[in-house]
Amino acid sequence: MSTIIDVSSVSKSYGGVKANTDISLTVETGGITGLIGPNGSGKTTLFNSIVGYHPIDEGSIKFEGQEISKKLVPEIARLGLLRTFQQTRIYGEMNCVENMLISLPHRKLSLMDAFKKNTRADRDKAEQFLDFVGLYEKRFLQAGSLSFGQQKLLEFAMALMNEPTVLLLDEPTAGINPTLINGLIDRLKRANSEFGITLFIIEHNMRVIMNMADKIYCLAHGEMLAEGTPAEIQDDQRVIDAYLGAH
Amino acid sequence: MSKTLFYIILGIITVIAPFAFPAFQTQLATLWLMIIVAQSWDMTGGQMGYNSLGNIFFYGTGMYVAAVVTIGLVYPVGEYTGAAGGGIYTFTPDEYFLGMALSIPAAGIFCALCAFIIGYVTFGLRGPYFAIGTLGVAIAGGEMVSNWDWIGGGQGISMPSYPYNFDQFKTVIYFLYAILGIALFFFCRWLYQTRFGAAINAIRDDEEKAEAMGIHTMRYKLIAWAISAFFVGAAGAISAFQLIHFEPLETAYQTINLGIFMVVCVLLGGKGTLWGPVIGAVMFHVFKELTWNYFLGWQWVALGALIVVVVVFFQDGLMGYLKYKRPEWFGIAVDTKEAKV
Repeated sequence: MSTIIDVSSVSKSYGGVKANTDISLTVETGGITGLIGPNGSGKTTLFNSIVGYHPIDEGSIKFEGQEISKKLVPEIARLGLLRTFQQTRIYGEMNCVENMLISLPHRKLSLMDAFKKNTRADRDKAEQFLDFVGLYEKRFLQAGSLSFGQQKLLEFAMALMNEPTVLLLDEPTAGINPTLINGLIDRLKRANSEFGITLFIIEHNMRVIMNMADKIYCLAHGEMLAEGTPAEIQDDQRVIDAYLGAH
Repeated sequence: MSKTLFYIILGIITVIAPFAFPAFQTQLATLWLMIIVAQSWDMTGGQMGYNSLGNIFFYGTGMYVAAVVTIGLVYPVGEYTGAAGGGIYTFTPDEYFLGMALSIPAAGIFCALCAFIIGYVTFGLRGPYFAIGTLGVAIAGGEMVSNWDWIGGGQGISMPSYPYNFDQFKTVIYFLYAILGIALFFFCRWLYQTRFGAAINAIRDDEEKAEAMGIHTMRYKLIAWAISAFFVGAAGAISAFQLIHFEPLETAYQTINLGIFMVVCVLLGGKGTLWGPVIGAVMFHVFKELTWNYFLGWQWVALGALIVVVVVFFQDGLMGYLKYKRPEWFGIAVDTKEAKV
């Protein structure tokens, strides 16, 4: 497998707080890569660095071999590198179908295309994905009125609608009830295998991430603590210490 | 079908009204002006979530562009304004109507360009800062024009007067506004159904998310404001012909009157809806004229009270209230049908 995201020696600090120090990792094309670590270990900061929310202090980030650490958020998104948010972000005043239609990949639209109406095919696709995440019945409700878990599912469906190459998911199962989680794991796996989307996932739920990921990176105190397969990570004493607070 | 019938009836009323109520022609024309400025304000304020308090800039600029184009086609503008009413400048009917035909689109296009340039700077601001920033632009615009002697400075500028009789003039102005208003309405009706419409709604609901999804946010914001400015500028040009003489601070760049009224209209009717600005403009205009007629002296107090009541109790306006009370009228409902996929 080839590397699609290549993060090398990235550091980022907020004032005196070093959120990321000398982080290097790679995400393989077509795989599922996990990123774990205790609260405040710099996972979301790293995600934000990758998708261009803030400039990094040092290091380089490459996407498909292209340097992206100087690019702006929408530019990176248009390359096909998409992220979802820890706190869901959906368009609250629009209904689910509209939320989906607005997520059509604008990188594939010309300016003239923007002044056309959505086609029947776009709508069908939107409804298909809504059905895929189990929100078909609620598709005409305002997205803001959905429960938090449903909003997460909607956000995931919107991301799929955008046809990304790589999807960065920030805690996809946080706030979702345990019965739905199994369904979500299944759908994430299918998104990976059926739609060929490379996944890079931040997750606190060990059962979820150990089930899905091919490779896991563990951060602690803004530094790379360990990397390896789920089995290796589970046996790593440093990871166990970090989570149980031996430091 | 019933919708088409509804539009046809409204169309017939629009055509008949000025002849049925000749004494109200100017009132009805002003009502159309309110509808145009409210509807175009809503494009950025309601649909895109950027509350501009400076759209009046385009109204004033449209007026001055109309004057400069109409006069400039026949006489040197500096000489015309320099005479300050002393010289005799006549316009033939042909010159008058050519000026009218050219200056209304010219005002719109010029204002759209202004919106691109101003927007490039001000769209870096968000929320209340954008509102204050654009208000600053409008005030600065008025001050700049009032110090620019070439176009009459603080004294203002006079348009040529209508070459035929005055009653006909009022009817012409009414229909100019009405045509522009109807064009704007149907343009919005189409625009809000396109992907562009959805994109500006997305910017309203969560601009960061829209950026993260790869939407060309800056591009769409500039286009939306330019379209809005085009219609306000064109309406300003018609106003220039209607008012004949106007000056910068109280008439053209009237930030505290029309500049605020357009916002209140939209709030009354309901932000971010197609019909809200139209209904709001009608409600506001009726309210304003009634208080001006029957509570003279207290009219500003009544208007202030109305604004307070709207802002505190009916933030979503009439349409927003209906949407809340009767969501099923707007298609907001659980659909229990099985997916046909």
